[in-house]
Amino acid sequence: MSRTSRRELLRHGGALLAASSLPLSVVEVAYGQGSEQNFTFAYISDSHITQVKGNEFVRNWDRGLIRAVAETNLLDPKPDFIFYGGDIAQLGKPAEIDHGLEILAGLSGDVHYVMGEHDYYVDLGDYWRKQLGPDHYSFDHKGVHFVVLNSILTHEAWMHQKWETGMQRMKQMARLDNPSGQPFMVGEAQRNWLRKDLRKVKKETPIVVLSHSPLQKIYKGWNFWTDDAEQVQALLQPFGKVTVLYGHVHQIQTNQIGNISFHAAMATAWPWPYPATYRQQNSYLPKLTVEMNRADPFFERDATGWQFIDMHSGRTDVSYLLPDNANRVVAFDESVGHPVDQTDYAEAGRKSPLQHY
Amino acid sequence: MNLKIKIRATSIAAICLVGLSCPVLADEFDNADLERWQMEYMAVVEEGEKLFHGGLGNPNTVSCDQCHPNAANTHPETYPKFQQQLGRVVALWEMINWCLQNPLETEMLAADDPKLIALQAYITEERKGVELEPGKH
Repeated sequence: MSRTSRRELLRHGGALLAASSLPLSVVEVAYGQGSEQNFTFAYISDSHITQVKGNEFVRNWDRGLIRAVAETNLLDPKPDFIFYGGDIAQLGKPAEIDHGLEILAGLSGDVHYVMGEHDYYVDLGDYWRKQLGPDHYSFDHKGVHFVVLNSILTHEAWMHQKWETGMQRMKQMARLDNPSGQPFMVGEAQRNWLRKDLRKVKKETPIVVLSHSPLQKIYKGWNFWTDDAEQVQALLQPFGKVTVLYGHVHQIQTNQIGNISFHAAMATAWPWPYPATYRQQNSYLPKLTVEMNRADPFFERDATGWQFIDMHSGRTDVSYLLPDNANRVVAFDESVGHPVDQTDYAEAGRKSPLQHY
Repeated sequence: MNLKIKIRATSIAAICLVGLSCPVLADEFDNADLERWQMEYMAVVEEGEKLFHGGLGNPNTVSCDQCHPNAANTHPETYPKFQQQLGRVVALWEMINWCLQNPLETEMLAADDPKLIALQAYITEERKGVELEPGKH
């Protein structure tokens, strides 16, 4: 880390450093030092609550979400609200969604929800929407325009073909490496809604978009991908400061495309390999990404976690907090115009645990 | 070799030399054989692919592919290796058994269990072309 960026971190990140002993991730949106408009929010994603039978659920995934909720409640300063990034459930069963929401009900603060494919494909989101409301919406908070999209839709013909059961359709979608998998998309209807929604937003207003899948193309084989990503990006590019936060990939990813900064969330359930480790296919991991350490399977919370977001100057600094892996801060650097990993090894060379193969 | 057997072996060799029908020799195979052997192998790979994607029937329903899509991050080419968490050198099948007992919360399989062979066939097939590096962490 250069002297300048270290000073910047100390100046802007005092609260972050204090909180970074917690395994969590926070996002800060700030308007400059000392501004009353600065705020933080927490971001929890991908819990994959799995029903075994009756009241029995997979212990490991329960524990990840329980831990994230407990740690979020310890944040000081208290985040203004919490985002949940999708995939509460593994197979979208009402019992799984209910059990996940029961754990999330322990959060002190308002929660905004994003739809994941594991919540959706059994009943096309009916139960989720019944419990949580619309799957795409926007709101304003302290001068920032927040937009939530349902980015895990796919071809209408595939979704509405004659399935024997909704669970059969879910199981097709729930398999990440399904060779006959379908690509995620936001779709024309939501893109039209977004175009209309953004009409009332000033070009200098910071925008934060939340989606489950990356609104960029990284690896289609695992749906680290949204088919109409470029069309959604085009709607966002006219604005000066845009951040896209997404789940689904269960790992740290960082990117900058034009005016749009991208940050992925870790899962509370389990980590995923980076796509390049599947040697049979090409993938496109953004160069700005500093990969998280290789997970140690013997520590079941390793490489899982959550994030808090610190918003300042309308930019997002994302703190990734991991129980058994190095905590990370990826902050927007105005001097280079993109997010930069603030840990020393981002610039001083990669440590062995960062080398995935 | 007794005399009787020696005479018989000599006469078989003599028959083969004059081009008459003779038993298949151990090192004789043709494309049809290769195709059949590949089919046999791929059938086991496919069985492994099913087991890997939820086919093990473990009560908690957690499947291998949830953490390892396309068997990525399993590193079959690095085994046997010193598995520092276990404190000894292990083969890939022992790590698979570790996964069965821990995240999958089920019984381990015997080393020669066809299911364990099939899982290894699938995992290794997905990693085909990667250089062998036993011992690499």
